[in-house]
Amino acid sequence: MAISYNLVNDEIQCKPKEHVVNLEDNKGILDVQNLSAWYGNTLAIKHISMSIKSQAITAIIGPSGCGKSTFIRCLNRMHEVSHGGRVEGCVLLDGKDMYAGEVDPVVIRRRIGMVFQKPTPFPTMSVFDNVVAGLRLTRFWSRRWELEEVVERSLRRAALWDEVKDKINQSGASLSGGQQQRLCIARAIAVEPEIILLDEPCSALDPTATLKIEDLMRNLAQEYTIVIVTHNMQQAARVSDMAAFFLMDSDRAGMLIEYGKTSQISTNPADKRTEDYITGRFG
Amino acid sequence: MTTVDHGYQRRKWANRIMLGLTGTAAGLAVLALALILGYTVVHGIAYMNLSFLTNAARPVGETGGGMRNEIFGTLLLVALGSILALPVGLMVGIFLSEFASPRTATAVRFAADILAGVPSIVVGVFAYAIVVRPLHSYSAFSAGVALAIIMVPIVARTAEEALRLVPNSMREAALALGITRWRAVLGVVMPGALTGVVTGIMLAIARIVGETAPLIFTAFGSYFGVKGVFEPIGALPLQIFQYALSPYKDLQQQAWAGAFLLIVMVLGISLGVRWLSQRRRM
Repeated sequence: MAISYNLVNDEIQCKPKEHVVNLEDNKGILDVQNLSAWYGNTLAIKHISMSIKSQAITAIIGPSGCGKSTFIRCLNRMHEVSHGGRVEGCVLLDGKDMYAGEVDPVVIRRRIGMVFQKPTPFPTMSVFDNVVAGLRLTRFWSRRWELEEVVERSLRRAALWDEVKDKINQSGASLSGGQQQRLCIARAIAVEPEIILLDEPCSALDPTATLKIEDLMRNLAQEYTIVIVTHNMQQAARVSDMAAFFLMDSDRAGMLIEYGKTSQISTNPADKRTEDYITGRFG
Repeated sequence: MTTVDHGYQRRKWANRIMLGLTGTAAGLAVLALALILGYTVVHGIAYMNLSFLTNAARPVGETGGGMRNEIFGTLLLVALGSILALPVGLMVGIFLSEFASPRTATAVRFAADILAGVPSIVVGVFAYAIVVRPLHSYSAFSAGVALAIIMVPIVARTAEEALRLVPNSMREAALALGITRWRAVLGVVMPGALTGVVTGIMLAIARIVGETAPLIFTAFGSYFGVKGVFEPIGALPLQIFQYALSPYKDLQQQAWAGAFLLIVMVLGISLGVRWLSQRRRM
């Protein structure tokens, strides 16, 4: 039986959903149950429960500061890397709680990849080394021809191959912003995750690069489960299948207000606060 | 002007005097360096010749004596000290920057800073007590231990500072790929900090090249050249010390030449450090 990560609050029990696991596909199925996260003593998000749809794009929307990034970082155990990061509740990956004591966060992060807001190619490595960094540093073999296959495959999937195939040995930092972000996506894909989390991937990019990445995401969604944080309602409408609206409560902790199909939420939201946000009354 | 502002004139003069004083102080510092370098160069370069670099010591009265064995000795001691100090110093630096909790880090940093301030002669006596006495002999190894103790805090602190300069986003990007902490540090963070780390290593080497006091108790000096790691060994600073105190003009000239060579080595390393840190500007 999976038990709560934080032993202080014994009432929170996770309900492992054995019956939903589709073992043949092994596509990561994420289930969030009563998730709360702290930075030290400050509560950042509280009592979030939702089920992330597999092989679809889920957008986390909401005004800034309402805990969207904190939430997404909890999904691949990156929140605990932050100073004072602490989590309560469960996140079930394929029916098993990833915050259980015996689970190795490194294994979770290999199955759930993450792309950050600011493109971070490793500056001391070439484009080639960047893409295979995740492979080289997690295993000990590195036969060049096998890696070359992986590099081409990942760069093609990230829609970057044609642009960089001639400069594959140049430094990763020599690319433009949009190319760097696609390089980070290629790097994340190279380790073959099941789920890809994107934390505002386009906010540091120009509109052309943004459109390219949005196209890329729609292609990736055929194979991977994608969760994207965005503060841009229109981007969420363009790209995502499901949308989750977060809002800061009076105690300055983020809460999940509404979760459903993007088409539904953007045209006919159930909650008034969602409607206010979508129509631009605040946010 | 009907009202004269005495305060303003006074402040202007005070300003000029302070500027003058700070400029003079800077000039004095540069002058001191210029005098040391100039004096050593002038005296040393006259006696520096090929035989000095390639010949072993010769008896007094014989011409053409040199410090070849002592030069090898210094190089061997630097190598020994580095082999012992670099792994420890780098790991301490990595620990302080990546893995330590703030309280532990403060304590370790404090200890390292105090160790850096321990007089080198005390380090030499300590190395005598823990290596020379048990081994019943002076040795290059004991000198290596003493020099390593001096090197470790320098390497650790500069490595820590260099690692801290690597942005956190780099670490998070590495961790998000499912890389374990240790491999993320070695494979991603350390290469990013390489320039700073190498600078720290070179600074530590420049420091120990000229250390004499610890060598008196550990290496001891040798008339017989470089015999082995566990035998006494001569080194450049030791030989300069001995020759400078001797009453023979010939040996004193060799001491000047040795001092000149020492300055050239340290200056060379320091200039190399500057060149390196300006070259890798990312």
